[in-house]
Parts: sequence; structure tokens; C-alpha cells
Amino acid sequence: MIIASQLAVLPVITPLVLAPITLLLPKGRASWAWATLVSWLTFAACIFVLKTVAETGLISYYLGDWAPPLGIEYRIDLANALVLFLVSGIAAVVFPFAYRSVELEVDERQTPYFYGALLICLTGLLGVTITGDAFNVFVFLEISSLSTYALIAMGARRDRRALTAAFNYLVMGTIGATFYVIGIGLLYQATGTLNMADLHDRLVGQDNRMVQAGFAFILVGVGLKLAMFPLHLWLPNAYAYAPSAVTAFLAATATKVAVYVLIRFFYSIFGFDFAFMGAAFTYVLLPLGLAGMFVASLVAVFQEDVKRMLAYSSVAQIGYMLLGLSFASAAGLTATLIHIFNHALMKGALFMAVACVVFRCGSHSIHAFAGLSKRMPYTTWAFILSGLSLIGVPLTVGFISKWYLLEAAFGAGHWYAGFLIVASSLIALVYIGRIAEVMLLREPASDGKYVIAAKDAPLSMLIPMWALVAANIYFGVRTELTAGLAERAAAALMTFAGGGS
Amino acid sequence: MEHWLEFIAARYNYWIVIVLMMTGLYVVFARGNLVKKIVGLNLFQTSVFIFYITIGKIAGGTAPIYIGGELDHGDTAGHGDVGDSHGAEGAGLHDVLDDAAGAATQPISDGSAVDSLHAKVDNSIGDLAANDLKTMLKDLDPGEGGEVVASLHDDVGKVANDMLAKTQQPDAPAFDLTDDVAPETIDHAADIANTLGDAGHGLGEVIYTNPLPHVLILTAIVVGVATTAVGLALAVRIREAYGTIEEDELEVLDNVAEFGEAAAVAGGHA
Repeated sequence: MIIASQLAVLPVITPLVLAPITLLLPKGRASWAWATLVSWLTFAACIFVLKTVAETGLISYYLGDWAPPLGIEYRIDLANALVLFLVSGIAAVVFPFAYRSVELEVDERQTPYFYGALLICLTGLLGVTITGDAFNVFVFLEISSLSTYALIAMGARRDRRALTAAFNYLVMGTIGATFYVIGIGLLYQATGTLNMADLHDRLVGQDNRMVQAGFAFILVGVGLKLAMFPLHLWLPNAYAYAPSAVTAFLAATATKVAVYVLIRFFYSIFGFDFAFMGAAFTYVLLPLGLAGMFVASLVAVFQEDVKRMLAYSSVAQIGYMLLGLSFASAAGLTATLIHIFNHALMKGALFMAVACVVFRCGSHSIHAFAGLSKRMPYTTWAFILSGLSLIGVPLTVGFISKWYLLEAAFGAGHWYAGFLIVASSLIALVYIGRIAEVMLLREPASDGKYVIAAKDAPLSMLIPMWALVAANIYFGVRTELTAGLAERAAAALMTFAGGGS
Repeated sequence: MEHWLEFIAARYNYWIVIVLMMTGLYVVFARGNLVKKIVGLNLFQTSVFIFYITIGKIAGGTAPIYIGGELDHGDTAGHGDVGDSHGAEGAGLHDVLDDAAGAATQPISDGSAVDSLHAKVDNSIGDLAANDLKTMLKDLDPGEGGEVVASLHDDVGKVANDMLAKTQQPDAPAFDLTDDVAPETIDHAADIANTLGDAGHGLGEVIYTNPLPHVLILTAIVVGVATTAVGLALAVRIREAYGTIEEDELEVLDNVAEFGEAAAVAGGHA
């Protein structure tokens, strides 16, 4: 069947080709409905891809039937099938959620552009994940980034600081992408190829300064994109001032995809033969991951703005992912992959809850959350449940992440890292607890500065949000899909990279 | 000292890249004006373009445009030094012949491979005057497999004559290799093609610069233009919203929005 043979390209081609049609549709409901449909189609394609890969193994698709290494290859193994599933799944939930939220926060005339840009952003993220060509990663990275700048700037209707946030992100993001291109150029100079599998073959035994410089440029470039701790400065403002639905989507997907790129480069391209990588793990990822976990968490505690607090928390969570990577073991890699998946679920749900509060109260300041449990109980409990998941309470996905991470830490002999993971989780307890306390126990502020919510958020927002909260619980209890697939993916990556498990 | 200067001078292109890159980054970080920041970003990206062009450049190489098919019929009548005057043609020919050899050495089950071989030979060798082919073959070293080469000479002569005939009579119907050549001589055709391919190696090949970095950088230029456009559009919107595009003034305005007038004044003086 023709669809089956072209399966691998569907996740990218569907949103890419169908997104421009959004611009031709009438404003408001029509363009939203179309975009939602496209996101669901994409999700369906990604489910099929994941199913096929889980059953039959690696899919290699030649774009335009040009064989690699000259042509571009889409190469899907379990690791990126999982990320594809995650990104498109989050999109399929965020699009229906976005309608009411966008109605309030974005100018109605801009809605076709908004949904079109969101679809293009989705295309870029899926493309980065799916491709097996190093330069193609850059192109898709910039497709998603450029649409992200525009999407963040659309928050200017509520707060003009969205514009400066988008501008700063544009500058930082472009520097990051350009660093990545320099790195690719150096690797190309060393190998004469851009195909990832081919790069791996030809880099074997090369440990000269050119390859090392290429590695360093790629690490810093991707580090900027994924908001690695000292390079995270663009993230808090961008997340705080973007339209709420955009924040929910980006927080759950964009940085995760960048972490995936890092994994791909470490394990599928450089491999453990590359001695420099060990040094990068020990002297860069481990300390920066740990520092990010603490510094960003501590900063989060003192934020008045809940969105910005959650954004700092995202930086801290990326610290966990880098920490898992830095153990250089199958267990650590499994933990990182699981946390990529799980953190997307919890942060998506948390930002959606904030979007509901913004919808009813018109603000994401902590004061707007006062006494919400009586007026918006569903939103409140969604926030608290996914907050518990962020802390890592048993029966939630957060617990699974932390469990695997702790196991990896002790397994790698970094017992102190284990304690630090627990300690930074306690900081998460503080900042989530602070919001929970305000929501549950405080009386609503009576100074009239904040609108007091009359009723809970509309169903079109509650249902997608609770779907994610349910996923938080479901995958916290039944771990076959996430942990099982992540373990298999990690084992395959480790074998390829030539490391012991 | 001397060799240091040489070291620096020999890599002048990399120095240009580094100087441009650092200038661009400095402008991005040091300038408060948003438009100047975008210009700095542009400089930074341009340095990467030059870096990529440097990667692709081969000393003495020509632009990566295929020259093999562009022969003028009149002047290439096979006089003079084949290696020099027909170097370009030889290299192009060599590519085609390699393809032809590949096609011909495949087991031939139907006429298609022969046809494609025919088409290729027809398209490309046909343009080259047949005398050149003979000259090339004469230049071949008969030391290895001399016997085969000797036997090939006849075949080549035949093919070359056919082609010569075709070149002289452009209106005549194209000759069909499958008619002239019996199945057992298809192997010969492959050998001829291989031999000619080797002859092509012997000629002065055209050195092309690597085309791939050019393609990559075209893509990167498109991305760069898009980024600049979005960046400048944002600068316009910022100017509309704030009335300024100076970063420090924007910061003061944002502080006013967040902490009130007093904090902004304190921050401004600090």
C-alpha cells in the first residue's frame, strides 16, 4: 500500500503541506478547527510510526528516493519514534485546548496566522526529530524557531514585554543555531558527509582538534536551544509572556526535542570511542545539570509570576535530563528519555492550568490564584496533581522519572548526585506548595486588582487539561509504554555508541 | 618568526572568518540598539557563510558547473595536446563513461541497459570528435592487459567511426548500438567503456570546487534572511509598542511596568 511505504514522511509532510491552508480559511473557528484536525492527523501518523518501529524495528526512508549519504534520510528508531509520539500527542491536546484561550489572548484577525505558525512550529519539531541528516536538523530547527519567535510575539496584545522576550529569544536562538551550523561545517570538513549514520562511521578513530571543536560548537549551539543552565536566559521571559497555549505547547515540546538532538549527537554520531565526549559528560553536563537543578529551582521559589516560576522550573528539569545523560550509562539514558516524556506531560498540564486561570482571572500573577479552589476546583486540582507529579510523588509519572534517575545515579557511582536529586525535588515541593497553599487556603484578594473567577474554565479547556493529568497518573502506574520503550531505545543507542550497559 | 607569518598568511580566509565572527558577536552583545543587534547577527552569520565557502573551495578548482556536455564541434578535431586542450572534456567524458561502464557490466537481461548505454554514449561521446578517442587510446599504456587493449582498438575504431559518421551527418538517423553489436560484444562495449574511463583518468581532470557547501550555505542564507526579516519586524513592533528601540530604555520601561516608577528610577541611576 502506498501510504504504508510513505509512512515515515507523513508526520512531517502532513502539517507542512496543510498548514498554509489555514491562512486561507476565515478567522476564528474555521482556522482553529482545520489546525486541530491536522494535528490529529499528524498524531495518528506518529502513532502508526511508533507502532511500526516497536514491532519491526528501524525505519529508513529515503527522501525523494535519493539514497544516503547523498540524499536525505529519515531514520526512525525507538528513541525518536517516542519523541515523535510525544510531540504530536502534546500538539493534539494543545490545539483543541487553544481555542478559547487564543480567543482571549490573541487578536482575532491574527488567528489564521497563529494556528498556521503553530502548525509550522510542530512541523519543525517533528522534522528535527525524524531526520537522519545533520544539516536537515538545522533547517527544521530554524523552521520551528522562526515560527516560535512569531508566536511568542503574539502575546504582545496582553503584555508588550512579549515583544522584547521574542527579540531576545531570536538573538539567542540564532546564535545557537549558527553555532550548530559551524559545528556541522567542521564535522563536514573532517568527514565529507552529513548523514548521521555515515558521520558515525567516518568519525571512528578521529580525535583531532577539528572534530573536538565541532563537538564543542554543537554542544553549545544545541545547549542554547535547550536552555542548558547558564544559556537559559531567553527562556523565562519567552515562556512568561507568550500566549498561554503557546507556552503549554513549547514547554512540553521545544526543549525536549533539543535534548533529543543532543542524545542523537552523543550516542549515534560521536559514540564512546570519541574520548572528548567523556570529558564533556564529566566536566560540562554533570556540573551544569546539577547547577541548573538547584539555581533554577531556587530562583523559581521567589517568583511572583506563576508562568515564570514554571519556566524556571523547566530549566531545573532540563538539569535532570542532562544529569541522566552525563552518567553515560544505559540506565542514565533511559532515565533521560523517560523524563523527556514525563516532564512534557506534567509541564503541559501545569501550563494549561495556568492558561485556565488566565482565562478566568486575566493574570498569571500568584495573587490571582488566591482562593481558586472554591471557584475553579477542576483547574486547581489539575494544577495540584500535576504539581505533585513535578515533585515526584508516587503514582505519578514524576516518581517514575526520579526513580530511574536515582537508580542511574547510584548505578554510576554518583551517590552524591542521588542525594542532590532528592534535595532539589524538595525545592520543587516548596514552589509548588507555595502556589497550592495560595490556591487552597487564601481568600481571594479583595482589592479589585484581579478579577475574581465566577466559574471554572470552559469544558473545551478542562477536557484536554484533564486528559494530560490523567496521562500523568496513567503512565505513572502503567510504565510498560514509556519505561519499556525507553529502556529498549536506550539499550539500542548504547549498543550503537559502543558503550557498556 | 618567518614560518609563523607564513602560517597566518596561508590561512587568511580563516582569519577573515574569525574576525567577522567576533565582530558580529561583539556588535550583538555590546550594542543597545535593536537594529544594530540584528546587523551584528547578520555579520556573525555571514562569517559562517564564508567559512562554508572556504570548506568547499579547492585550490585551482572551477565553479561546480558541469562542463562535460559543452563541446564545440569545430575546434575539437583532435590536434595538439589532449591532456591540456581537452582536459575539461576528458573529465566530463570520464564521468559519463564510468556510468556507461557501470551500466554495461550489469548482466543485460533486456535492451534497456544497452539503450541507456547507447543514449549516454550517443549524448556525450558523440559530441567529442572520434579522433580524440583514438588519440586517447593510443596514449594508453599497453603494459597491462595489452592483449585486451589491442583487441579493443578495433572495436573502438568501429564505434568511433560510427560516431564520426554521425557527427558529420547530423540528419542521419541515430545509429543503434543494439543493431551493430552482437550480444557477445556487449562485453566488449563494457570493456571499451572501462578503458575509455581509465583514459579519462589519465587526462588532466577538471577540478571542481565542492558544490555541497554552496548548497548548504544557500539554505543557510535563506534562513538568515528570514531571521533578519523577523528580527526587524519585531524591532518595528517594539518601536510601536514602546516608542524606542534602545535596549536600556526598554529595560527602564519594563521595570516601570513591573515594579512601579520608583524602582525604575532607582534602577536607572544604579
